[in-house]
Amino acid sequence: MILTATGITKHFGEAQSLTYALRDVSLSVDFGEMLYIVGPSGSGKTTLLSIISGILRPDAGRVVVKDRDIWSLDADSLAGFRLQTIGFVFQDYHLFPRLTALENVAIPLILRREPWGKCLADAGKMLQIVGLAQKQTLAPVKLSGGEQQRVAIARAIVAEPDLLILDEPTASLDGETGRKIVAFVKENILNEHRAIIIVTHDSRIYEYATRMIRMEDGRIVPGQEAVYEK
Amino acid sequence: MNGLLRIALKLLLNDRGKFATLVLGITFSAFLIMQMTSMFSGVLYQSSANIVNIGAKMWVMDPAVETPQNSIPMPDDVLDAVRSIPGVKFAVPLYVGAGLVKLRDGTYQSATIIGLDDATLFGRPKIIAGNILDIYKNNAFIVVKDSNYRMLGSPKIGTSFEINDHRAVIAALAHTSVPGLFGLPTLYTTYTRATQDMPSTRYMTSYILVQPKGAADIMPIEAAVKRLGYLALTDRQFVARNDNFYEYKTGMGTNILMMTLISFIVGLSIAGETFYMFILDNLAHFGALKAIGAKSTELIQMIMFQALVVGFLGFGFGVLLSSGLIAIAKIRIPNYAAMVTYGTLLLAFGMVGVISIFSSYIGIRKVTRIDPFDVFRG
Ligand SMILES: Nc1ncnc2c1ncn2[C@@H]1O[C@H](COP(=O)(O)OP(=O)(O)O)[C@@H](O)[C@H]1O
Ligand SMILES: [Mg+2]
Repeated sequence: MILTATGITKHFGEAQSLTYALRDVSLSVDFGEMLYIVGPSGSGKTTLLSIISGILRPDAGRVVVKDRDIWSLDADSLAGFRLQTIGFVFQDYHLFPRLTALENVAIPLILRREPWGKCLADAGKMLQIVGLAQKQTLAPVKLSGGEQQRVAIARAIVAEPDLLILDEPTASLDGETGRKIVAFVKENILNEHRAIIIVTHDSRIYEYATRMIRMEDGRIVPGQEAVYEK
Repeated sequence: MNGLLRIALKLLLNDRGKFATLVLGITFSAFLIMQMTSMFSGVLYQSSANIVNIGAKMWVMDPAVETPQNSIPMPDDVLDAVRSIPGVKFAVPLYVGAGLVKLRDGTYQSATIIGLDDATLFGRPKIIAGNILDIYKNNAFIVVKDSNYRMLGSPKIGTSFEINDHRAVIAALAHTSVPGLFGLPTLYTTYTRATQDMPSTRYMTSYILVQPKGAADIMPIEAAVKRLGYLALTDRQFVARNDNFYEYKTGMGTNILMMTLISFIVGLSIAGETFYMFILDNLAHFGALKAIGAKSTELIQMIMFQALVVGFLGFGFGVLLSSGLIAIAKIRIPNYAAMVTYGTLLLAFGMVGVISIFSSYIGIRKVTRIDPFDVFRG
């Protein structure tokens, strides 16, 4: 297993406004999986992603990623863990508008203190892989939504993370572009050394999942799990 | 350079509008601070001209004298009384006054007349043409060749004119290190001639210049002169008394201080506000960096670096602009008093430093508080 989460509980707010975003959720992800988490809005998908990727601390429960109990780490070690292990694709990309596509992609390598020239060279290769070799020097605003998404994906994978996390990656893309990107990710990035977790409620991309779980009201719905051909 | 700092620099430089506003705001502030403090330190420096140029160790004067720009004549017997104080190696009289010079072409020009003790010529200027001993010739005056020299029609040795209706002949040309504050030409002569030619009051001694036997004698001399009803100061004390006069008694210092503070506050608010907006604009991206795995200390470094860059640039431009302007003004106005000193540079540097630290502080506060989860949720 690349990831094992057990007994995760998380609430927000107090008294009147108290909501349980997650109630005793357990989840395991194996190497080579492309796991989909689906479910209605507000069911706790993003909260779960944040907790298993070391961004949001749970009230209770344990998250073990590659044999490390991540929530026992201090803040700096946790940041280091995210940098070394996780690749993030945020729902609204969060590319730096004042940096070029190339510099945006290089950021995880720069954070890893690799030499500047190597960061840019590797980022360039990555942009080539996602088909944007011609657009390296453009600012994100000069790119289409699908191209920005590909830049975000290139940034997420440039440092070769073990676990790639995408939250609603197709939400702001048209159907065709969304399908292309997810197909691309599955074909080019998924392998037996890593896993990919995608949160979505876009049924047009369901076909690429290797396994799918459904969340409702802060719980994983039992008996709704589906496993597909890899 | 560290890659993160490089990214920080790009984020800053590529936001041209804010970058320009930040640098201009700080430049403006540093410029104004430099202008005002340089002008003031120039005024202070030049107002002490006589003290520096004469170079006596101790000065005896009427207690009401605040600055060497003016003097209150003392009776002749004070000199004898001072000479008899133990610890006084020697004491000589000095005359400082204004004379009205009638030039060859019939026009009039005010000048500062300094009368040196006949026997010793103590406090004499550096002679650059002619001989100091020619000061003893009939009607001899030594003219100081400074920026005000041409007001006397650029006289040469042998040029003659009238001072207070007495004939005067230039016997030598001299140089002094500090120009006076009021832009008047300076003429040296002997004490005797000065006091004969400039009769105005009954008493003539403007100052008594004292050389103490040793440093230990200074305090007793000061006490003894005080008992005589006069004031004795070392040259440094006299400079300090003059500074104090301009700083507080004329209100100039207080005003300069207030205007400096206002420039500082204006710079602080422009830079602080713009930097805050810059951080707010980039806040979500800083949050994304945090989520990706940047440590808080790394984000703090980036922000401090950005603030430092604008601070240095603003300070540099401000100093360049202000010293350039002062240099140009000095060419056009020979007596322009402004003077860039280490003190004024240090003050401007300190104030720009505070602006940078304040700006980065508010940025750091914002950035360390963002929760990457909020960025993740969108
Ligand atoms: N920071 C927060 N403060 C308060 N409530 C929150 C916060 N984050 C999430 N929630 C609540 O937790 C629940 C789950 O949210 P989320 O994980 O974003 O759901 P999903 O991603 O499935 O749409 C929702 O009811 C949401 O309102
Ligand atoms: Mg969500």
